[in-house]
Amino acid sequence: MTNFWAAIVFWILAWMINIWIARQNETKILNLFPPILFGVSVMFIWEASVVHFEVSPVILPPPSAIYYKFISSIPILWGDFVQTALKGALSGYFIGCGAAFVVSLIADRFKFFERGVLPIANFLAAMPIIGIAPILVMWYGYGWHSKAAVVAVMVFFPILINTVQGIKMSDKIHRDLMQTYNANYLQTLLKLRLATAMPFIFNGLKICTTLSLIGAIVAEFFGSPIRGMGFRISTEAPRFALDMVWAEISVAAIAGSLFYGGVVLLEKKITFWHPSQRGRA
Amino acid sequence: MNKKLWINSDNKTVPVICMITFIVIIWYGFSIVLNAPWEFDKAKRSSITLSTTELVSQTWSQKRPKLPAPHQITKEIWDTTVNKKVTSKRSLIYHGLITFYETIYGFAFGTGLGILLSIGIVYNKATAMSVMPWIITSQTIPILAIAPMIVVALGSAGFSGLMPIVIISMYLSFFPVVVGMVKGLKSPEQLEVDLMKTWSASKAQVLFKLRAPKSTPYLFTSLKLGMAASVVGAIVGELPSGGGGGLGFRMLSGSTFGNTLHIWSGLFSAAILAGSLISIIIIIERVVLKRMALET
Amino acid sequence: MQSEVIKVSNLDLTFEASDGPVHALKNVNLKVNKGDFVSFIGPSGCGKTTLLRVLADLDEPTNGQVNVNGVSPKEARESRAYGYVFQAAGLYPWRNIAANIKLPLEIMGYSKEEQVKRIKKVLDLVELTGFEKKFPWQLSGGMQQRASIARALAFDAEILLMDEPFGALDEIVRDHLNKQLLELWKSTQKTICFVTHSIPEAVYLSTKIVVMSPRPGRIIDVIESTLPSDRSLEIRDSKDFIKISQRVREGLRAGHSDE
Repeated sequence: MTNFWAAIVFWILAWMINIWIARQNETKILNLFPPILFGVSVMFIWEASVVHFEVSPVILPPPSAIYYKFISSIPILWGDFVQTALKGALSGYFIGCGAAFVVSLIADRFKFFERGVLPIANFLAAMPIIGIAPILVMWYGYGWHSKAAVVAVMVFFPILINTVQGIKMSDKIHRDLMQTYNANYLQTLLKLRLATAMPFIFNGLKICTTLSLIGAIVAEFFGSPIRGMGFRISTEAPRFALDMVWAEISVAAIAGSLFYGGVVLLEKKITFWHPSQRGRA
Repeated sequence: MNKKLWINSDNKTVPVICMITFIVIIWYGFSIVLNAPWEFDKAKRSSITLSTTELVSQTWSQKRPKLPAPHQITKEIWDTTVNKKVTSKRSLIYHGLITFYETIYGFAFGTGLGILLSIGIVYNKATAMSVMPWIITSQTIPILAIAPMIVVALGSAGFSGLMPIVIISMYLSFFPVVVGMVKGLKSPEQLEVDLMKTWSASKAQVLFKLRAPKSTPYLFTSLKLGMAASVVGAIVGELPSGGGGGLGFRMLSGSTFGNTLHIWSGLFSAAILAGSLISIIIIIERVVLKRMALET
Repeated sequence: MQSEVIKVSNLDLTFEASDGPVHALKNVNLKVNKGDFVSFIGPSGCGKTTLLRVLADLDEPTNGQVNVNGVSPKEARESRAYGYVFQAAGLYPWRNIAANIKLPLEIMGYSKEEQVKRIKKVLDLVELTGFEKKFPWQLSGGMQQRASIARALAFDAEILLMDEPFGALDEIVRDHLNKQLLELWKSTQKTICFVTHSIPEAVYLSTKIVVMSPRPGRIIDVIESTLPSDRSLEIRDSKDFIKISQRVREGLRAGHSDE
């Protein structure tokens, strides 16, 4: 009983602290507090509400239960992670990105091809590509290969669109300069247009990190060996073992965040020169 | 005088048509290749040898093809839309409408939620600092992947029917809207904001007269992304529902019972649904932006 | 006998804008000799930048003959006959200053040792030694422009085409750069075509001043400067300087009232 009100009080306190922090000048350390405080206060309310309102664990387990389940199932979770995230999502991501990159170079070189492909790519990028999952599972079997195929297709179109746009984006003044040097197509591509395309390419790469994980997991709904995050979720959910499901979700969230964070770090290194990276946007 | 070859002009229709024709031809080719093993097996069992024309025509008319030929898919769609009663569970339109409603409601709620959140983020720094990182993290939680759980959980709590699916659809579409609108609401230049200040404009006036109009281009971009996400959410939400209906359900039952034509026709219908909805947004966008002279 | 480096006869350029054709250049005739410093001056729309771009083969004329180094602008560009300096520095932000200067040298295939030698030489010329590792955004506007000029000097090109390179800088920096440019011209003996819309700058720098006027873009007057080739900034107060400036001003006014 008291836990619930304690959680409410904590929530209010946390908000007040956040408002105070917001009024201060931005300092790096202080900036970490608001999201953490917010998240922690949500956790407390969650835990306390589940107990206080006697919410059935079948609907929403408390964070503590999820935590215990997580700790006790690390081997299973790790196996699932390797199957889905590493084998399925990651390989699909690289295949899709590589293919998209090659096609955008072709599209850049042959304008006729670009004008035909780009509208179709835009159309397909908006389509529920996930629907292709059952078909790919049928073709490539239950193993991780079909999941990688699904991810590759999902990732292909956004990366293609972003890369093509990025390669086009160089400033006229830079291109004129290249013309005065009589640089050929390859030199202009390598020395100018790829560099200016990087910010756009990274936009696409970032979006696709989360997409690839989701694609791999959902593809497993359509068929999977007895391993994998999607498999685990689709079998544990009907058994109402929601704590396991939430543990898998946590793994997915952590994996997704790490993947995304990794790409952001790479972006900082490669596009260090872009105004958005220099904090002067 | 520079004469531009038609091949170098900006016209898009010819290249697109060429591309589509090319894809259809390749498709027919792959149909033969992928469906051939089954034909060979069948022929071996009845000790027949197939001529090439027989092989080609038969691979293009299998009942359960690995890769249906385009004309098979078109025929299937035609059969299940025009030739069936709209209320029949065998009608593609019946399923299409279910998915349509889920999408529209999810999109509407998602956009509303997204706009409210973005206003909160732009106007309240505490909200921005606390909530924004979590919104971004929320997208790493593969909502699609936990669709089964959400449907099950909400089902036991008494929410059944389309509701859980609408929630999934809403969850997917609010994120692009938040990100886009935050960027859009913040897009006015400092001097434009200062000008409003010299007129002693209230916060609401600044919001409605400056920030909102300026964010329209960003809004439309987000709406297009959000709509695509809503369709995906609706379809995946239908998967664990068991018996409801909708295009996702249709594709899943096709997958379970090996009816590949169901899968493909469902997929194409979903594409048509998403495509039409997004085209409507694009048309509205063109009209609105032109009237506001914000066309880029 | 001075050799003709640039010869323009009956040059015409009309381009299609969204609201109708624009007659950017009409019947332009011009001769530039080796070692000349020619300024092009005129109000906006007089075609001075367009003329420079035609010389650089960045724009194509509709009519007329243009010869650079005795060949067409395209062939001149392909043989890397000139260096171009734009209005904005146009440095690549992902390369440091040294790498930016290296860019044309890489493209034109100079050896690594040559590259290092030339980078050092031109940075010295524009007084930017020590800034090799800095990135463009770490430099002021004036320094960026100097780097851009250094880049244009790095490879062997007899001609330098400069499009209002100092337009975005303040007066004091501008004076300093003008002086440096003159010294550079004297020591390298290049032929320089320089677009500006500052009368004192044009008169101070040039051996020949081409006054242009807009709609349609055409040459109103060509003034051979009577000033001595050794000039300090004080020359701007001399009688000859003022006389030439007045003649330029009259030409500009005449072109303006033609409309």
